[in-house]
Amino acid sequence: MHPVLKTVLQRLGLGLLTLFVVSVVIFASLELLPGGFAEAILGQGATPETVAAFNREIGLDRPAFVRYLEWIGGVLMGDFGYSYAGLGGSIKRSVSELIAPRLYNTFFLAAMTAIVAVPLSLLLGVLAALYRNSWYDRIVNSVTLTTIATPEFFIAYLLMFFFAIKNKWFYTLSTVSGSTDLWEHMYRAALPAITLTLVIVAHMMRMTRAALINLLASPYMEMAQLKGVPRREAIIKHALPNAWAPIATVIAFNLAYLVVGVVVVEVVYVYPGIGQLMVDAVSSRDMPVVQACALIFAATYILLNLSADIVSIITNPRLLHPK
Amino acid sequence: MNETQNKLNAALRQAVRGKLSRREFTQLALASGVTLAAANTMFASAARAEPKKGGVLKIGVGHGATTDSMDPGLYPDQFTGTALWGTLANSLTEIDADGNVIGDVAESFEPADGAKKWVFKVRKGITFHNGKPVTAEDVVASLAHHQAENSKSAAKSLLKEITSLKADGPDTVVFELTGGNADFPYTVSDYHMPIMPKKDDGSVDWESGIRTGAYSLDKFTPGVQASFNKNPNYHKEGKGWFDRVEFLSIKDVAARTNALLSGEIQYMDRCDLKTLDQLKQSPDHTVSEITGYGHYIYVMNVTAKPFDNPDVRNAIKYSMNRDDVLEKVFLGHGTVGNDNPIAPTVKFAVDPQPRHSYNPDKARELLKKAGLETLSFDLSVADAAFAGAVDSAILWKEHAKACGIEINVIREPDDGYWDNVWLKKPFVASYWSGRPTVDWMMTTAYAADAAWNDTFWKNPKFNELLIAARSETDEAKRAAMYAEMQQILHDDGGLINMLFNSYVEAHAKTLGHGKIAANWQLDGMRIAERWWYTA
Repeated sequence: MHPVLKTVLQRLGLGLLTLFVVSVVIFASLELLPGGFAEAILGQGATPETVAAFNREIGLDRPAFVRYLEWIGGVLMGDFGYSYAGLGGSIKRSVSELIAPRLYNTFFLAAMTAIVAVPLSLLLGVLAALYRNSWYDRIVNSVTLTTIATPEFFIAYLLMFFFAIKNKWFYTLSTVSGSTDLWEHMYRAALPAITLTLVIVAHMMRMTRAALINLLASPYMEMAQLKGVPRREAIIKHALPNAWAPIATVIAFNLAYLVVGVVVVEVVYVYPGIGQLMVDAVSSRDMPVVQACALIFAATYILLNLSADIVSIITNPRLLHPK
Repeated sequence: MNETQNKLNAALRQAVRGKLSRREFTQLALASGVTLAAANTMFASAARAEPKKGGVLKIGVGHGATTDSMDPGLYPDQFTGTALWGTLANSLTEIDADGNVIGDVAESFEPADGAKKWVFKVRKGITFHNGKPVTAEDVVASLAHHQAENSKSAAKSLLKEITSLKADGPDTVVFELTGGNADFPYTVSDYHMPIMPKKDDGSVDWESGIRTGAYSLDKFTPGVQASFNKNPNYHKEGKGWFDRVEFLSIKDVAARTNALLSGEIQYMDRCDLKTLDQLKQSPDHTVSEITGYGHYIYVMNVTAKPFDNPDVRNAIKYSMNRDDVLEKVFLGHGTVGNDNPIAPTVKFAVDPQPRHSYNPDKARELLKKAGLETLSFDLSVADAAFAGAVDSAILWKEHAKACGIEINVIREPDDGYWDNVWLKKPFVASYWSGRPTVDWMMTTAYAADAAWNDTFWKNPKFNELLIAARSETDEAKRAAMYAEMQQILHDDGGLINMLFNSYVEAHAKTLGHGKIAANWQLDGMRIAERWWYTA
């Protein structure tokens, strides 16, 4: 079997196992948390009587393992179940219906950020390696390190202040809905995307620079230099192909962050993404929604790490053609 | 305000509505000693404040969760309350800006049999958003929704006193109560009890969002937004001026403020007190501050040691410098409490004497009387109780030191606070949004058998008076009973009412309004029908 195919199949199999473990862990942690859905929704108004009525109605009065088995049985059939909220009424909210628009928004923002941030940080990184220790290198390093070291909500407030309040170029609120058209959506999501770009560029750019500089010290690069290959050509033609593996890993890591870790930016810009949904679901102990979000997040990590590994194999002939 | 001014204002209102010409008004004003320039200014500013139809109002609210439901029994807070009740729906009665109860879906209501029986007449010609007329059957089904055996409604305990709920003809609803309750019309004004259409199977249709309010539901995305369009057939004259109203859930206070400043919303609740001075400098916005019924409290379990001794309780009450807390933690936005949960604006409220202000000598004296030299106890707090609960407790700890009282402040997690700390630990931080009547507030939290009696206080005299006052129809006797009850609670209860909080909200200057109600935030949660654009 081809090594790439073998890795993919192996990883996907392990991935399924990981997802199963994740679902058990999440379910168990939700059970461990004090209070339940009824108490969380009723708050100060939770009398034992109403809590019991509530639990009976949504089936929370049954033992935990029964509820888990029922839920995982549904998932295996492709049914993620219904949110506990509104379960008593005649209009039920299915988890997939609840998550789909939010997930689309999250992916939209992540894709928009990635399209700008990934090429930008590669370019900055390559240039920084090329002009190492120059003024350019120092400025790029200090600027990106400053933006990554600043909390993202603070960057968000600064951008909002300068570009939405002082100069009304952008909106302060990124509220979008299903009826928002593509341009409007991009315009509304612009400030969050810029904020996230500022947060993730440093990591990818530094990694690119470090990987390249590491290779520049290797004997074959010295040889290229002695042969008289121009520095720029040496870096792009000889060093970069060997640096793809670590760079891809860092990119995968940052893309995963864009999907799973941006709840603060969502809250500040009031962007209806999946992070806010999961936080709400956890605080109200809405198990089916938490589980679905957790599985999506885990799957994102698994798939992105898998693609990073595939990139490393493809760019490395020794791994691509093993003896 | 003197008589001339009163008359002049009345004339001004007429003039603006076109019932009196501008010339006539000016003549009147000059006659009462106002200069011509001042009369012109008065007229112009009054004309500006007059309601105009139209416009889109966008409101940013600091609440809202993806678990919010259309079921009114489960409305948790200001987002569902203001959007899905105050904008979309009406209850049987309404509390006006002065705190009086007036008819809403009910045109009139009459007590009988010593207030043990109440007869409500449904307003003539009132219709749901789908055009169907509201009948007594709909009213019965809407309230029965909360009463059912397996109901999970927050209003269930409120309606416990109803023994029979019946429609008598197409427009009459008859309630029979376990005991007399002169304040019953207040109870049915609650935001959990909107009137909804009855389904064929006898249950009520809460899912569709068809109600009777000034606006009909366009779209509701839980935790994100709710939007409404004007209801052209609204039953109230001169209410519901906007074409469209949108509510956005913006939980981050800085984001909410920015949205207001950049003009994306025209109204925000819960302003950030720390940056309020900066917000006040904005030329296009106005900050409103209303002292409501809501109060921030610390409650002790009077059955637990050492709080089972009234002298110890009173020593603790004297050990807090409430003015200092109000000044430092709440930056002056509120009114200090006096261990009486009834807000000064509520009918029959009194200010029990002696006031529980900071008095270390008195506190030491009371401790000595209880046979104690010093006192030490745990106080469980979290900001889930109210924003500032932790800071206030830490400040109080410092005040109490001078009284020989050592408070051990324990910071509890926000998550699960109401399940694991409140009603469980002996001394905790809590809050009440307040209730519009003395009876309602006392029945909810201080009656011996109340589910939420968080001080576990059972005073026989107090409970006797509570029941007697409920059916007393002589106002003067009732007032005396309520005064005595408030005094007993103040002297003996386990409640430390630190302060009545203010609703600090901000809005664009283009919005106009009448007197702002104090019973809930956002003008009694009915801002959408009460406010208008002036330009």
